[in-house]
Amino acid sequence: MQQIFNFMYKNSNRLLFLLLLGISLSLTIQSHSFHRSKIISSANFLSGGVYERVNNLNEYLNLKTQNEALALENAKLKSLLFSKKDTTAVKKLDSLKGVKPDDIVVSKVIHNSYNVYENYLTLNSGEKDGIKPDMGVINDLGIVGIIENTSPKYSTVISILNKRTQINAKIKKSNHFGSLNWNGKSTGFVQLTDLPRLALIKIGDTIVTGGQSVIFPENINIGTIAKIYRDKQTNFYTLDIKLFNDMTNLGHVYIIKRKDREEIINLEKRKKDE
Amino acid sequence: MNSTLFVNISRFILLLAIQIIIFNNMNFLGYISPFPYILFIILYPVNGNKSGLVAASFLLGIIMDLFSNSGGTHATACLVLAYFRPSIFKFAFGLSYEYQTIKLNDVLTPQRFSFILLSVVIHHFTLFLLEAFQLSFILDTLITTLLSTLFTIIICIIIIYIIKPNKR
Repeated sequence: MQQIFNFMYKNSNRLLFLLLLGISLSLTIQSHSFHRSKIISSANFLSGGVYERVNNLNEYLNLKTQNEALALENAKLKSLLFSKKDTTAVKKLDSLKGVKPDDIVVSKVIHNSYNVYENYLTLNSGEKDGIKPDMGVINDLGIVGIIENTSPKYSTVISILNKRTQINAKIKKSNHFGSLNWNGKSTGFVQLTDLPRLALIKIGDTIVTGGQSVIFPENINIGTIAKIYRDKQTNFYTLDIKLFNDMTNLGHVYIIKRKDREEIINLEKRKKDE
Repeated sequence: MNSTLFVNISRFILLLAIQIIIFNNMNFLGYISPFPYILFIILYPVNGNKSGLVAASFLLGIIMDLFSNSGGTHATACLVLAYFRPSIFKFAFGLSYEYQTIKLNDVLTPQRFSFILLSVVIHHFTLFLLEAFQLSFILDTLITTLLSTLFTIIICIIIIYIIKPNKR
């Protein structure tokens, strides 16, 4: 017993190092391996609060560009409104209850990262605003990411510039779909993989979200095809997609709450159980 | 004794604040991001409590992780640097470093420079290796380590000179 204590006392520094190294390495490995299992995330009181303060200051510096973006979006919405042929036409409702399938929450990006392989954003709305994990985040130009962690006032978003994202996407004009991921190289481009070679594509075609995901509604803009890689071995294309969004410059975003999400998930689970 | 403790605590908080508010938003050419917050570990007193340094480095790293959503990469890198610091001292200043009074924040000599260089390289290599977490990215990791090390060292030396101007 005495010897054990002596050993512990002599090597206290090394033992402390090994203990803490074990903790930090397990945190690192865990953050790389599982989907949504972050213990250390910026959706908390401390970092959320600091980022919000800093962002309040920074906001004044780019008020002008934000205003311009909002004015552009307004103009686009107005043109949609005016070009409608019959404004008195009754709007078709999607379900018997007479509610729209999606709800939208406006939120603001208070922290944005884009220089590592796994990038996250922090938003200034959380559980109090009804935000839950796995909701889609978009802005007027296209998709931004998926909610990963939430706290009462803040939430973190797994950006599309993250090696772990997998988003269902399709070609706008042909319905052939593939999955969207990022190779970690450039902030302006993401990759669309597993697109069947039957699809007729050319550079410049628009890519939108597919209808298969319960996170995003169908037909939300993503980007245009910039480069086509033909692989002789497999029957699939790999495409470089140029994003409509500038991921290094994000201001206000919209969070999509899908009302029939739980219904779809329950239905699919029942199918699996049987 | 109390004043060194106070200096270290304020250095801890100040460097973290500067790192999070200013240097985390820096990103030259999409590769280079400086991390001068490790100056806390570099400037920790030579004869200070070793276990204290290891624990403080862990705390420093975990707070950085909290702010940059990076799991435990900063914590691991800081821990590795803190643990190997005595060995780096031995390498840079010779065997009898513990009996000399080494002041790091003074005129830049080759010994001091080699100590800072080695510390930054060890920290950055661990950090970027864990951040990529894939051996196929090893070339990218090495390039990022090289370029970021350069910038971190420049910023570290500038900070040392700003805080401790030459008294002579």
